[in-house]
Amino acid sequence: MQQKSLLELEQISFRVREHIIRMATNGGCFLGASLSCTDIIVYLYYNYLNITKQNLKDPSRDYFFLSKGHDVPALYGTFAELGFIDKERLKNHLKTNDFIYWHPNVNIPGVEFHSGSLGHLLSVSMGVAFDCKLRDTKNKIVVILGDGELNEGSIWEGALVAAAKHLDNLIAVVDRNKFQANLATEDLIPIEPLDQKFKAFGWNVFFCNGHDFNNLNEVFNKLPLGNGRPNIIIADTVRGKGLPSIEARADRWFCNFTQDEINLLLKELYSKGKTNLTSETLVVR
Amino acid sequence: MNYEQLLSDMMQKDDRYMILTAENRSAMRNISNTIPDRFIDTGIAEQTMVGMAAGLASRGRIPIVHALATFLTLRAFEFIRTDIGIANLPVKLVGAVPGFLSDGNGPTHQAIEDVSLMRGIPTMNVFCPADEEDLILGIEKIFPYNSPFYIRYNNLKPVVKHSPFEIGKAEVLFEGDIMILTYGLLLKEALLAREILLSENISAGVINMRSLKPLDRETVSDYCRRSDLIVTLEDHFITGGLFSILSEMMVFENISCEIFPIGLKSWFKPALLNDVLEYEGFTGKAIAHKISKKFKSDNNLFKLSW
Repeated sequence: MQQKSLLELEQISFRVREHIIRMATNGGCFLGASLSCTDIIVYLYYNYLNITKQNLKDPSRDYFFLSKGHDVPALYGTFAELGFIDKERLKNHLKTNDFIYWHPNVNIPGVEFHSGSLGHLLSVSMGVAFDCKLRDTKNKIVVILGDGELNEGSIWEGALVAAAKHLDNLIAVVDRNKFQANLATEDLIPIEPLDQKFKAFGWNVFFCNGHDFNNLNEVFNKLPLGNGRPNIIIADTVRGKGLPSIEARADRWFCNFTQDEINLLLKELYSKGKTNLTSETLVVR
Repeated sequence: MNYEQLLSDMMQKDDRYMILTAENRSAMRNISNTIPDRFIDTGIAEQTMVGMAAGLASRGRIPIVHALATFLTLRAFEFIRTDIGIANLPVKLVGAVPGFLSDGNGPTHQAIEDVSLMRGIPTMNVFCPADEEDLILGIEKIFPYNSPFYIRYNNLKPVVKHSPFEIGKAEVLFEGDIMILTYGLLLKEALLAREILLSENISAGVINMRSLKPLDRETVSDYCRRSDLIVTLEDHFITGGLFSILSEMMVFENISCEIFPIGLKSWFKPALLNDVLEYEGFTGKAIAHKISKKFKSDNNLFKLSW
């Protein structure tokens, strides 16, 4: 696999963010959560995972699962850049002639498993990880979890079982953007100290800056895969990363902007200015 | 041949099969030793077990998943529906001690809405064996079948010599003017009820509805059209089970006939199986009495109104 340079990764991330922002109109999307995990997804597909357009059905490929399925614009934006899907197809967002909607669908090449209901893909990825270990193949299995998703009991059930079954080919990444739907995680159901929780459950625990490609590279490459324990990386991220006018805001979870606002946000992405957003905020779940 | 022997044979011949269990090992005591690699005990974690089964199936395995029927179909319902149902993966779900088989456990353990829940998932199929022989005949066909299946596990001693199992086929054991349609352990009581009814000169037949979904529409609609009375007999809530299945089918097919449902309206008295049957009125004798009373009152009504 040809590694991308830091500059190339940054350029790709900008383009993926453009794709995401363009989905935040005509029905909208979960913009804040999509932007927080963009850099992680771009890093993983370009410089870490063995997943290519050619090997999507090959059992020796690595596996990527998006358990917090509502940030699927980041995944599809990356797929469009990778050529898994045609970029034009992103315009079919929420159209009945395609499968591009608010959560992942397996009819989109590259999607391993549908998600949307939180707390599911940890156990599904554990089934894949178990099978890969049983066959003694070297696949890496990555699953992205939301920090709000960690409220789900099935995550902690899975955390116990993954450690008990020594799924040391499994890498969970928490997109720690500090928000769940409408509130800051620590204001609703505090999950800290998160590292200590997973350590106590028998996992290898690491931190990283989820927007720093050098740091992502450093942390992923020092994972002690095969040491008998499942791995978790707590990635420090910012909800809405890249758009200062919505960054770290509790009320910018699901966004449905006007085309004018989208045009201003696309400028904001590159110029770092702030857009005066007047579209109604959405705070219901 | 029992369940574990057959499962063990199938696993030896085909390494796609894997066993998962949420610490429910009553149906397989030895496989964890003989085939340890493909035996996963997740502990008491039904949701994780079902999610893992979906992941394994996506890699080409055929997971055979075991738990008590209530915790499998209720606790893990959304995982079954979302991860197995939507993806249409060939996972086989084996629910232990369903219906009256939960004996003295009480309502927490009474799986009497399991058929209703499982048949409500579009891609799911439902098999309800009458006894161990029926179970064995069924799983030989069902485990290799490329669709999800719910199996209402029942290994009671055989009460009748069964005909070969076919997915989507009912087993007509006896013909009669009144037809008793049942599944699971109540087949034994239905056969006893039939004999009692015959001794009262009431002609009753019995159908083993082993494959509840897919339904044997041809056979069932045929009997609905030509029987004096159809009795649905089940250790399940009347809502959502066989009575509902038949009612829906009759409306779809424009059939009009009288159905007499014998099933549960609420949770049953916890006790040992035979005492439950006695208390709840599900012995062959009690069933025969209910049917006979119903049949006679129907005939009286008919005469009066005429």
